[in-house]
Amino acid sequence: MEEEKNVILSAKDVEVKFRVRDKYLTAIRGVSLDLYDGETFAIVGESGSGKSVFTKTFTGMLETNGMVTNGSMMFHGQDLTKLKTDKDWEGIRGAKISTIFQDPMTSLNPIRTIGSQITEVIEKHQGASKSEAKAQAIHMMERVGIPNAANRFDEYPFQYSGGMRQRIVIAIALACHPEILICDEPTTALDVTIQAQIIALIRDLQKELQFTTLYITHDLGVVANVANRVGVMYGGQIVEYGTVEEIFFDPRHPYTWALLSSLPQLGVKGQDLYYIAGTPPSLYNEIKGDAFAPRNEHALKIDFEQEPPFFQVSDTHFAKTWLLDPRAPKLEKPEIIRDLHAKIKMLTDEGGAFHVG
Amino acid sequence: MSVDNKEKDVIEEKDVILSIRHVDISFDTGHKKKLVAVKDATFDIYRGETFALVGESGSGKTTLGRAILRINPCSAGEILFEGKRISGRISREEDRNVVRSIQMIFQDPAASLNERATIEYCVSEGLYNFHLYANEQERIAKVDKALQDVGLLPEHKSRYPHEFSGGQRQRVGIARAMIMDPKFIVADEPISALDVSIRAQVLNLMNKLKAEKNLTYLFIAHDLSVVRFIADRIAVIHLGEIVEIADSETLFKYPIHPYTVSLLSTVPMPDPVVERTRKHIVYDPSKLDQSGEKREMREIRPGHFVLATTKEYDDYEQRVAELEAKLAAI
Repeated sequence: MEEEKNVILSAKDVEVKFRVRDKYLTAIRGVSLDLYDGETFAIVGESGSGKSVFTKTFTGMLETNGMVTNGSMMFHGQDLTKLKTDKDWEGIRGAKISTIFQDPMTSLNPIRTIGSQITEVIEKHQGASKSEAKAQAIHMMERVGIPNAANRFDEYPFQYSGGMRQRIVIAIALACHPEILICDEPTTALDVTIQAQIIALIRDLQKELQFTTLYITHDLGVVANVANRVGVMYGGQIVEYGTVEEIFFDPRHPYTWALLSSLPQLGVKGQDLYYIAGTPPSLYNEIKGDAFAPRNEHALKIDFEQEPPFFQVSDTHFAKTWLLDPRAPKLEKPEIIRDLHAKIKMLTDEGGAFHVG
Repeated sequence: MSVDNKEKDVIEEKDVILSIRHVDISFDTGHKKKLVAVKDATFDIYRGETFALVGESGSGKTTLGRAILRINPCSAGEILFEGKRISGRISREEDRNVVRSIQMIFQDPAASLNERATIEYCVSEGLYNFHLYANEQERIAKVDKALQDVGLLPEHKSRYPHEFSGGQRQRVGIARAMIMDPKFIVADEPISALDVSIRAQVLNLMNKLKAEKNLTYLFIAHDLSVVRFIADRIAVIHLGEIVEIADSETLFKYPIHPYTVSLLSTVPMPDPVVERTRKHIVYDPSKLDQSGEKREMREIRPGHFVLATTKEYDDYEQRVAELEAKLAAI
């Protein structure tokens, strides 16, 4: 869209390992990502692809047995991978970079009032007085759409519905006006009807407060709705990234093809749904070649031997697959996701199954 | 044309396997007021079909599923299975028959399998409880067969649930139900806890088993995109009340109740261009008829029922007629 893009956070070759008993598991295998100021970037992938682990390194919230073993992560001239103690992270985690997690029930403290959980953040990071913090907290609660906020200030999480709780989590995350908001599957634990509302709320707040959003999700429908740019993760790496249109309408990596093909929205009744055979690679072992090769029906011989580099498709679109090598056989994406836009339009236009009058 | 014919065929060979009649389910809350989770639910499920119950959490869909399995008692109404009442007090023998013929597939396979037991035990548990084998050999043969039916290997028997991926674990959950040779399966959000790529595997498997064994499913879900693919008929439930029932194609073509319409509008579409202009309709019950007239399930078209007052019914009738005219013009 805009020509000049400011990089707000730049990750280079990030590698994350976990020590599990006496073995090392490599959860992130060299991921680079530039996050632009004000954009919404979505990371999609299956569970175990490393999408959550990767973003946890942004706020130093890896489990204690995990560590960043390589790479850098520049944010305002500071390398986040060098930060070790909680004290180092003060001023960044929760203040400049905030996270919303999947399940609001586990991110809120069940035995403290909603109000005290919001004011705590404001007092800590902004040094506000108690009464100032309360006023700000109530304002924030109103902003995220809690009706009757002043009265509900002293209630406990169990008195809130799931959707309302997630609104509170959003209020806490945004209380200090962070520059980056990480949304880790923010709607997976919520109902479909609530999901749409929460997504719209985050989008409205982003417009108003001008932060950068990083979405983590496995739901491509949500991605299509929220993202400007998309990165597809598999086996601890980003395997393809581009603008949201490029990823949906011109995907190049066979894994992106497979993910799109397995969407139930594209299923035809009476026929089998497409699915990805096999299981994701074990991250305990060294992965040779393309991690997706064993599950990839289009795999070439070289996919099993050598890791593909990123090939450039456009100025904004890159994919890590040997299929883009000039020497590779020309392959078209699977039939089911060709003319995707026309197919979805059929479904949502008048007479289609998902048409809404 | 062909669709019409198909529908007629279905209507002609209707064989009701399970019948829910005016069922209320309520819970004691400790206060004077009871929590009514399901209100006046009435529908039939035909043999060999997949009947989906769709609604958000708290709508009572799981409660109703559990009532069929005799886990939650009905506070009013009755449930008939193959013509016999299975709700309320029934003989011990009947109870055993129900437990055997109606099996359940749970949402989270990691939580529903005993993590300290081998797959062999997990799958055999029902056989042990009902002594459905003459000798060890027969039991093992049955376990092997059940595992093979769901696409696992007999040598997986000695493993533990944690050694499997999510999709495989759900297959074990299905094998556990299938080994009892059930007629009816209540599948409570069987794929919600699974990854996108694995969901498809489990749905395909359920369809395959249904065809092979002439099973009937009650498929409980919140995701209409999945339901469209798997269900023959759909009931939409909201706050304990069934608001609309229709065959799958009709429900998507002619959604009538405003709640159904809102649910449809929330299905995310994998297309950024379409998503940008897609309307999300929020259900607003205050727009319904506020006259206080009791709502009833009314048949607006053959096989298509909607919960409505007389006035609402007239509005809905107009809406269907408009939709029909529009679609005929396309």
